[in-house]
Amino acid sequence: MTIVSPSLDRRALLRGAAATGAGLVIGLQLPLQARAQSGAAKVISSGEAAPLGGFAPNAFIRIAPDNTVTVLIKHIEFGQGPYTGLATLVAEELDADWAQMRATAAPADTALYKNLAFGMQGTGGSTAMANSYEQMRKAGAAARAMLVEAASKAWGVPAGEITVENGLIKHAGSNKSGTFGAFADAAAKLTPPAEPKLKSPEQFKLIGTDLAKLDTDAKTNGQAIFTLDVMKPDMLTVLIAHPPRFGGVATAVDEADARKVKGVEDIKIIPQGVAVYARDFWSAKKARDALKITWDESKAEKRSSSELLALFREAAKQPGKKSAERGKMPSGDGIRTIEAEYVFPYLAHAPMEPLNCVIEYSDGACSAWYGCQFPSIDQAAIAQVLGLKPEQVSITTLLAGGSFGRRATPNADIAVEAAAAAKAYGRKRPLRVVWTREDDIKGGRYRPMNVHRIKGAIDASGNIVGWDETIAGQSIVEGTPLASMMKDGIDPTMVEGAEDLPYDIPNLRVGAAKMDVGVPVLWWRSVGHSVTGFSTETFIDELLTLAGKDPVEGRMALLGKHPRHKAVLAEVARMADWGGKVPEGRARGVAVHKSFNSYVAQIAEVSKGEDGVPRVLRVWCAVDCGLAVNPNVVKAQMEGGIGFGLGAVLHDAITLDKGVVQQSNFDDYRSLRIHEMPEVIVSIIKSAEPPTGVGEPGVPPIGPAVANAWAKLTGTRLRQLPLSAKAV
Amino acid sequence: MQLTLNVNGKDHALDVEDDMPLLWAIREHVKLTGTKFGCGVAQCGACTVMVDGQPVRSCVTPAADVKGGRIVTIEGLDGPEARAVQDAWRAIDVPQCGYCQSGQIMSAVALLAENPKPTDADIDAAMTGNICRCATYVRIRQAIKDAAGKLKE
Repeated sequence: MTIVSPSLDRRALLRGAAATGAGLVIGLQLPLQARAQSGAAKVISSGEAAPLGGFAPNAFIRIAPDNTVTVLIKHIEFGQGPYTGLATLVAEELDADWAQMRATAAPADTALYKNLAFGMQGTGGSTAMANSYEQMRKAGAAARAMLVEAASKAWGVPAGEITVENGLIKHAGSNKSGTFGAFADAAAKLTPPAEPKLKSPEQFKLIGTDLAKLDTDAKTNGQAIFTLDVMKPDMLTVLIAHPPRFGGVATAVDEADARKVKGVEDIKIIPQGVAVYARDFWSAKKARDALKITWDESKAEKRSSSELLALFREAAKQPGKKSAERGKMPSGDGIRTIEAEYVFPYLAHAPMEPLNCVIEYSDGACSAWYGCQFPSIDQAAIAQVLGLKPEQVSITTLLAGGSFGRRATPNADIAVEAAAAAKAYGRKRPLRVVWTREDDIKGGRYRPMNVHRIKGAIDASGNIVGWDETIAGQSIVEGTPLASMMKDGIDPTMVEGAEDLPYDIPNLRVGAAKMDVGVPVLWWRSVGHSVTGFSTETFIDELLTLAGKDPVEGRMALLGKHPRHKAVLAEVARMADWGGKVPEGRARGVAVHKSFNSYVAQIAEVSKGEDGVPRVLRVWCAVDCGLAVNPNVVKAQMEGGIGFGLGAVLHDAITLDKGVVQQSNFDDYRSLRIHEMPEVIVSIIKSAEPPTGVGEPGVPPIGPAVANAWAKLTGTRLRQLPLSAKAV
Repeated sequence: MQLTLNVNGKDHALDVEDDMPLLWAIREHVKLTGTKFGCGVAQCGACTVMVDGQPVRSCVTPAADVKGGRIVTIEGLDGPEARAVQDAWRAIDVPQCGYCQSGQIMSAVALLAENPKPTDADIDAAMTGNICRCATYVRIRQAIKDAAGKLKE
């Protein structure tokens, strides 16, 4: 980890504090036992600075004379729990009292706050806990050692005789005790230890317990501040009219009617479309609706979904570029082969809070406040638009109303658009760029459409002996600043979850066919696994059924090299009493999938819904994510992942008519609703392995578990998503 | 137009467009931001407020139409049902991203005010207009049941 000297780091802190001087730092008081006490938890906002200052042992911790411990969190909080989780790691090693802990967003500063899994500052790939686990514990342990050293000097007693418990530093021999706050100033003058000693897992008191989430209170009383809630004096709201087809460019605008709308201040053509600047949202929206724009669509994508699908289907019949290969597909006497085609639509992320960004630009400096998921990329991108150096751009990351991948864009779309709007406006004035739901659903960066074609072979004894798969999809990273993720010319997000098929099948080939389409694509919660999990886990189920094998036992027999897959599968089978009696009119299906280094198995219990769509009544879920830092958060992520995945599997598709997106809002791009949410029973495998991700891994198994249950119930294999529609 | 809205027991004199939805009047003119914008077409429920005790989708309700009504937002929520619901929400950590939760809580409080002992089907029917993209539905259901239990005591 990076240990910076306290003096240097105070400057960094001041930079951060100055950038947030208008009170946009969100500090969250953490109640524990205190959570029921009135006033124990609050969001610090509007004009108040978070309680920073005092002792800054490293980039992550501030211990103030008032005895609060503030943890600077390098990952964005959008519900997956890093504010609580990372503060827990610090509090554990610091032996702090949970009630004295605070969390706030770290500023954009790659050197200090990079994601150790990426090498840049950003959140994604379910890495927040995994990459911070040791770093944040070391930060806490270093701070503890310095506080103890300060107390040792003050009391004239050996450091080894001093204990720390619940935020109190004690020396039993002399009956002395003191708070962290009391020693903050003295500790600030000491040198941080290079390699602080960490606790062993059996010494943990907080890690592994269901600590109350830090942000729950603020999210229960309306006080949590999201980007849309940022109010700045004299701020304008900016709505941008985007091209109706991807790749279109505005060339002219008739703004006469729009100018007549009361409250409109300005209208500008920018590279992303036409920006309307107005005193409030409603004025901006009315004016935008009144614009008459001429679009140059010479480079726009004008094909329909049906045309694209035909091309993807054709490509999936070819071998594609080799991603994995062992042996050769068997044929001949006694070999039975089957072949299946899977179709997956484009999907929007549709986070509850549509994209938005508050930005202020003038005199060689820019400040932005928003739910920023890739600070390193966004900071550089804003700087480039405005002709600034990255360090002249300050970013304050706010709580975000969901993301599911949408806020992590390799080309910084909302940041660049906000910067372009600020540049075009040209005067010093805070601007809030806001997307409507229609902008969000029609605005692109979708989970790529995919067609998978798999051939499977079974020998005379019923062994699965061959697997040949081609995946036709789009690359997410090619041509972006993240292109270095490409491996041997293949975007790993296309083949993850398929090329590493865990089953012992002697002959296997996986190929990738990259399709060039002008529809912008992006990672969608669980990325490639959201499609490969479905095709591989339904196809293995089909092969096992054909071979006369039980779906659980059959998988177990093929998972010899993968004990963690087997453990979650065994656990979920135990929980659901697999093989036991299933209520009349229902059937159960199973799926197991590893993603982001976590292992999840699910069993779905399904009946026929009134509308011919599967009705999912119960889901059992077993997860192995290494050590569960906060089991309650892990469970919540499994529940949420199941609901998020199920909604898409049942209902959702983005389709194009001559390049124009046909969906626009939650009426035609559905979300799962409460009456469709199954009961969910979660079990977490006890583990001492380092923690791995939980934000995404709950998603991939739900679709195949439901489809496999449906096949058992009806005899029909569902291979085209969404299950409800004739869409695509 | 000049318009006076009574929000959380306080009168606010506003100068807003004739057709401005209540949501934007509350958020950008009264400056109470706990009520959220999610869809603008009464599909998601994030904008739910109470008008004279009834849950209303403020994103499609013109502010002018509720002149004279008692408007209550998440910031002004009070009473036994509200306390029971918010306590239950906190006790089991319902929120994830939290953006839809003001609307969820408004709908839940309205349900319990009407029906103190809702069945699962009652809960589904009352809450199905509130979308949560994080799918916290399992906990929303549980919290409403817990709150109903507390109210009975």
